[in-house]
Amino acid sequence: MSEPHVTIHRHKLATRLWHWTNAVAVIVMLMSGLMIFNAHPRLYWGQYGANLDPAWMEIASDARGGYVKLGSTRIGTDGVLGRWTAADGSVRTNAFPSWATLPSDYNLALARRWHLAFSLLLGFALLAFLVASLLNRHIQKDLRIRRRDLAPARLWHDVAEHLKLRFHDPDDPAAFNILQKLSYVGVIFVAIPLMIFTGLAMSPGMDAAWPWLIDLFGGRQSARSVHFLATAALVGFIVVHLLLVLLSGPINGIRGMITGRLRVPQ
Amino acid sequence: MIVSRRALIGTLATAPLLAACDRLGEAEPVRRVLFSAEDAHRFLQRSLTDRAALAREFPAAEMSPVFRTNGTSNPNTPEYQALAANRFADWRLTVDGLVARPIRLSLAELRTMPTRSQITRHDCVEGWSAIGQWHGVPLRLLLDRAGLRSQARYVVFHCADRYGARPYYESLDLVDAFHPQTILAWGMNGGLLDIGHGAPLRLRAEKHLGYKHAKYVMRVEAVDSLARVHGGKGGLWEDLAGYEWYAGI
Repeated sequence: MSEPHVTIHRHKLATRLWHWTNAVAVIVMLMSGLMIFNAHPRLYWGQYGANLDPAWMEIASDARGGYVKLGSTRIGTDGVLGRWTAADGSVRTNAFPSWATLPSDYNLALARRWHLAFSLLLGFALLAFLVASLLNRHIQKDLRIRRRDLAPARLWHDVAEHLKLRFHDPDDPAAFNILQKLSYVGVIFVAIPLMIFTGLAMSPGMDAAWPWLIDLFGGRQSARSVHFLATAALVGFIVVHLLLVLLSGPINGIRGMITGRLRVPQ
Repeated sequence: MIVSRRALIGTLATAPLLAACDRLGEAEPVRRVLFSAEDAHRFLQRSLTDRAALAREFPAAEMSPVFRTNGTSNPNTPEYQALAANRFADWRLTVDGLVARPIRLSLAELRTMPTRSQITRHDCVEGWSAIGQWHGVPLRLLLDRAGLRSQARYVVFHCADRYGARPYYESLDLVDAFHPQTILAWGMNGGLLDIGHGAPLRLRAEKHLGYKHAKYVMRVEAVDSLARVHGGKGGLWEDLAGYEWYAGI
């Protein structure tokens, strides 16, 4: 704490509003989505896929307990996935346990209500954020990835700095570092749009209206699989994001995302 | 040290948060907001896309090797068993309600009407999909023959299967009732419909999830409002569990 600090204006209002809207929307979408998955915990590639068709991934249970099956490989997950004990002491055989789902007890209809309501919030909030961030030049100024940012030496340097828990470029402490830029650009322009379009591709009404949705992902069941894989990528992002917030000073970080003002090394 | 304490507090905080979300999902004002998203989705789909757009029809090579059955696989009522024992020779489809000329048709009469065959994907609300071929009479032909009265807004499908004491039923509005792919199917995969898939007649509403595709259809009724039909939500699963009436989502 001996090094000098300066307070800068880091996050624009649109960024802060979207961040917290998104935080709520993504958590509700994730947990209600896991409940929807519980209704049919098998994933397929292609146009169709049901119980008698081969699944590339399945969460279920047998005499040995809960498991995740990837292709023909069985991975024991007893107690967590496939078979687990609920808060009331009863043993359940749903894929995801009650602490991870919304609602916590099996209810596909209500999970869909949550999911379909917050999908509108997720989609339209992203649209509003993208428009605002083009107008306030957040995308052009802060998120733009330049060719020189992607030089291997530079990327490696940034990884090494992260491992030493140094997150700010001494020459430009107000800027996002390249790993931040890559992950934010990945979430904003790839992962969340992928969630939205694979989600739309599962709607029979939208498939009729926009048949290119089916072709884009190679079938409704492929879209469902990509929806699940993109979820896993987003969960990975959230875990790393929260970890780095904790490591880089959580009070400064959270206050920065509320007020916009962040303390950085001078 | 500070970090781990924070992480710990964060972990502990999720349990009450979950309980709070569960309670929110049961609170009436929250449910109203959540349930209103169905209307928003229907409004967006209907206003931003072509209502007459056809669901994808697939080549025969893309059909599911096995089209699983779902829901009721045999309505075990004495009335249905008697009809099935006679291979539905005594079965009649009634089209009535807000129509100018109520009609009753036998299976043989339905099969002499113009037939539409379509290979489409069936999407269960649970997440699975199966592709099968359906043969049937376009619903619009039956509605035109019976002559819908101007007050009619919905078409209700009354079925032979029961969940406890409740009969299965479903409904469509006129946009989807008159859609060219909306058929009352008497055949599947080149043959007659079997009991597991809804014999003698089932609805195909290809822009909707599976629970819309009522099996064992006995009566088609035109109504001005769904409020007075059974539980009032337009379908058994809508009444019983809170599934969306607009099942195009």
